Amino acid sequence: MTTTNPQQNSQINEFILETIALTKRLFLQLIRRPSTLIAGIIQPLIWLLLFGALFSNAPENLIPGGDSYGKFLGAGVIVFTAFSGALNAGLPVMFDREFGFLNRLLVAPLTSRNSIIFSSVIYITLISLLQSLAIMITAYFLDYGWPGISGLIIVLITLILLVFSVTALSLGLAFALPGHIELIAVIFVVNLPLLFASTALAPISYMPKWLGWLASINPLTFAIEPIRAAYAGPVDLSIPILNAPYGAISGYQCLAILLGLSVGLFLLISPLLNRKLA
Amino acid sequence: MPLIEFDNLKKSYGAVNALNGLSLKIPKGVLYGLLGPNGAGKSTAIKILCTLLDPDSGKATLSGLDVIRNQKITRSKIGYVAQEVAIDKILTGRELLELQGDLYHLDFSYKQNQIENLIKRLNMMQWIDRRCGSYSGGMRRRIDLASGLLHDPELLILDEPTVGLDIESRSAIWDLLRELRNDGKTILLSSHYLEEVDALADQIAIIDKGRVIAEGKPQDLKKELGGDRVTLRVREFSNQNESEQVRELLSSVKGVRQAVVNQSQGFSLNLVVDNESVLALLRDKLESSQYEVFALSHSRPSLDDVYLQATGRTLMDAELATAGKRNLKLESKQSMR
Repeated sequence: MTTTNPQQNSQINEFILETIALTKRLFLQLIRRPSTLIAGIIQPLIWLLLFGALFSNAPENLIPGGDSYGKFLGAGVIVFTAFSGALNAGLPVMFDREFGFLNRLLVAPLTSRNSIIFSSVIYITLISLLQSLAIMITAYFLDYGWPGISGLIIVLITLILLVFSVTALSLGLAFALPGHIELIAVIFVVNLPLLFASTALAPISYMPKWLGWLASINPLTFAIEPIRAAYAGPVDLSIPILNAPYGAISGYQCLAILLGLSVGLFLLISPLLNRKLA
Repeated sequence: MPLIEFDNLKKSYGAVNALNGLSLKIPKGVLYGLLGPNGAGKSTAIKILCTLLDPDSGKATLSGLDVIRNQKITRSKIGYVAQEVAIDKILTGRELLELQGDLYHLDFSYKQNQIENLIKRLNMMQWIDRRCGSYSGGMRRRIDLASGLLHDPELLILDEPTVGLDIESRSAIWDLLRELRNDGKTILLSSHYLEEVDALADQIAIIDKGRVIAEGKPQDLKKELGGDRVTLRVREFSNQNESEQVRELLSSVKGVRQAVVNQSQGFSLNLVVDNESVLALLRDKLESSQYEVFALSHSRPSLDDVYLQATGRTLMDAELATAGKRNLKLESKQSMR
């Protein structure tokens, strides 16, 4: 049996108090300045509507399984929404660094400065999931389908794993880069190419070989395919859902890769965060 | 035991030596002023004390504890009001104070009580529930001061607290600092405003180029310097030649200790004289040599004279000399986490 002493207990309470206070601040900012949240929903909606329309007359054999392009696109746009949202995770931290608010946090006797990181992760995860949910509901009304209960759980787990990885990357960049201009530039450069080099807009079988390879190592693909499978019907994560040039990948393998990526990226940025927040 | 002790602190940003062996002891319960031109190293020393920066070498202690090794204790004992007010424009003043209270783990009812008290004490009732983005400089400074005082710290540190403020806000902040000092709180204040340090501080250290060049009570420092200060002009705009002639003429007057031509004040003459009675001798000497007295002012030594004596230049000249040389953008990047 493990026991905790009162001091440990109070440290945990303090950590929770800090994290809640910092997360509350981020949500107050969002409620009073919701433009980024709204833009984060509108942009993928436009993708969904325009791309859905653009390829609505695509040949039937374009999509393996004979689904409509709209149904195929749905999973890609949901993942893209969560991905874009998480990619912006570093921006509030970067602004706090640049405008000195971080110093205000750093002179406070925080029990653990991880609360600064935790609050960002909680905030971005919730926002990204909210944005993705808005897209899912719209997709449902466009008759692009809805995953069942078990499918919804898979969508949720997949998105959370993706958001964790991308948030880690973005927070790492927020502490490594000199200012918000540079961070926005990186976000700008990374965002669309990762979308195009994934299976969001077209299946691998439709791509030239080199792009197929790129798409098969792109983290977005490992998130898109389980969600696509969840939308397609009875969920079985043990069967291959991605025919990559290097072999077939099952749903579990996709999720394991995303989990490995999340853990790996957080481990990668932790020395940087420790140094910057020491 | 002093409350704060800096021992041979050194810190450089690239090629710039911000602190060059700064040593200082600050007792408990005083309002202590750090005076020096911009770029003298005041903010760097304060940031080290607040655990925001590590020194390259040397030590800073608070109540005998090394601040680097005891960061959390140090932070809980200090209230820090930074030079550039970092404020979240989207939050209201009250929300900002509540956030601050949570980061200092204050008990809920204590926190609310403190917030209400500070709102009244700093006269913030009218605007505390408005967003910080709409605040004037004086309001921001007051909310920042309230943040610094919220957890009732042992030591309040203010880095250039009245820079850019209107006279009313400045005087409100001065009054509050005097009250706090009278309540027994130790306050460390940095400023490049002579009159601010002179009016507020019980004790001061003058800092120049990252070192302490003089320390003590302001009145003692001025008294030690001795002599009275006279600024004199024989016409509105003298040229250098004429001023030099007058300087030579007046240097021979009994009781004149020092006479220099002040180039930055349009070649006026700055004299150090034994006492007030020398003024009449100066007038006589000028009249007998066909010079008129266009303007003459007489004063006791100021802290600027203390600075002048120690460094050979006025605080204003030091400000001007460093103003062009500092790369504030680079400094801000280098001190950014």
